[in-house]
Amino acid sequence: MIEIVATGPLNTVQDLGRPGYRNIGVTASGAMDPLALRIGNVLLGNAPGAAGIEVQTFPFQVRFSEGGAFAITGADCRATLDGVPLPPWWTAGAAPGQMLELFPPLKDARAYLCLAGGVAVAPVMGSRSTSLRGGFGGLQGRVLATGDHVATDRAADGFLPKGGFGVVPPAVALKDAFPVAEGGALLIRALPAGEHDLFGADAQRFWSQLWKISARSDRTGYRLSGDPIHPTEVMEMRSHGVVPGVIQVPPAGEPIVQMSDANTAGGYPKIAGVIEADLWRLGQARIGSLLRFVPATHAEARAAEQALAAYIADVHKTARLVRQALAGMA
Amino acid sequence: MSFQQAAPASIVPDTDELARISFIGTRAFLIEAPGAFDLPTQRRIWALSHALETRPEIAEIVPGMTNLLVILKETPETPEAVVHALQEEWRRARGVDLAGREIEIAVTYGGEHAGDLPALCDLSGLSDREVVRIHHEGTYRVFALGSAPGFGYLHGLDPRIHMPRKTVPSLHMARGSVTIGGMQTGVAVLTGPNGWNSIGFAELQMFDPMAAAPAVMAPGDTVRFRPERIEL
Repeated sequence: MIEIVATGPLNTVQDLGRPGYRNIGVTASGAMDPLALRIGNVLLGNAPGAAGIEVQTFPFQVRFSEGGAFAITGADCRATLDGVPLPPWWTAGAAPGQMLELFPPLKDARAYLCLAGGVAVAPVMGSRSTSLRGGFGGLQGRVLATGDHVATDRAADGFLPKGGFGVVPPAVALKDAFPVAEGGALLIRALPAGEHDLFGADAQRFWSQLWKISARSDRTGYRLSGDPIHPTEVMEMRSHGVVPGVIQVPPAGEPIVQMSDANTAGGYPKIAGVIEADLWRLGQARIGSLLRFVPATHAEARAAEQALAAYIADVHKTARLVRQALAGMA
Repeated sequence: MSFQQAAPASIVPDTDELARISFIGTRAFLIEAPGAFDLPTQRRIWALSHALETRPEIAEIVPGMTNLLVILKETPETPEAVVHALQEEWRRARGVDLAGREIEIAVTYGGEHAGDLPALCDLSGLSDREVVRIHHEGTYRVFALGSAPGFGYLHGLDPRIHMPRKTVPSLHMARGSVTIGGMQTGVAVLTGPNGWNSIGFAELQMFDPMAAAPAVMAPGDTVRFRPERIEL
């Protein structure tokens, strides 16, 4: 059990999302950086889909009413436990009454606080993720507020060394599998989508230019600013299902990338779709930062997914070994 | 690829014409039916949906307006093979009529939630009474759900009261607003930004996240609007 002592306005309980209900108009939601949430849970021995807290506004401060293990992953938010700095991508134990504080990250956008056992809120339609638009899931369908008490489910038995342990962050461990930023811009791989060719010469400008993530961006979607692109003909589109990562181009010509709280349906021309393995990186991109889209193939997407899966499996194995070795020494 | 008008009276599809299949990212494939935005085409989408829902490699199926989004469990090694298989299913799909429920929705036409009724009168050249009469005399089919939890896209709107979506959405349209978006009608399920045109208000709650079946409407349902009050 933790108590929220201080929080910014947009922090929520999230798990890996609520897929499977788009056919009744329900957004999947879920962590913007599902990899970070997953690793936090692996470090704690939680189920991979356990719910944690997505922190995207800082500072964020919690008090452990009961002792317990926790993990901090995602953006390096210079966390401290009772004022003592913790490394990023780290798991440690907290004693009753200890205070954990997360500060604004210098890069990346979202930090994840996972708790041993996972956040205990009632699943709605199979998920504990907060759907702010629908007003359900998470903690009463709303953002976390000062004074909230967040309970946890029973934790797996496990030994946690004093001081804790951590993992190499994926941005470092996987730097070969993910395109390196050139001149500070994030490279995001995408597949051409249904109306790509309707953009004619503007399609090339979509891929070649740097787009800036505008201030009108949130968990629903990122609005990009740049040199507008337009289809060569206006097409009357019929509403169809969409998934996070779809890049739609409204009439004004500046693309929108749908993110975790993506609408379930859309009707704007879509020029491309981000590969799923790159969505966690986009989920960490900050407002004001630059990105460029790189055309990819299904084969390249599979290679990126395999690299992610290998990283997760490696962390899983290592975390277990570390626990066993340290328990043996204790 | 041609987009010919299908014969509207027939539920036997033109099986020769291929669907249009495109990618949305790595696992999602959008199948768009050729032909008209009409019930026969949608019946074939329902049939395709039914044929695909038991396939083990498919995670999720999202029917849209004469289209279907198929989300696979895994990124395929050979997307061409997936497209081929989906095209085969489309070729085999014959129209089915879903045995939907009949839903009657009580509506207050006009009044404070009908902010776009005057504009619709201007556009159509009809009086407000005529617009309301045409709307509530219609029989509608739920083609698909989407956009917001439980929101049903209703087909069957009389062409005399079609009205394009707004270029600038209303910021705070109330849940329950009875709206027209192009050739479709529907009842807003969330209060918030909305690009459709409001002509009335319904109390019926369309979605309950805690219910075993959270959405009131389902594809294939028949919807009628009963004018409970008319405030003109």
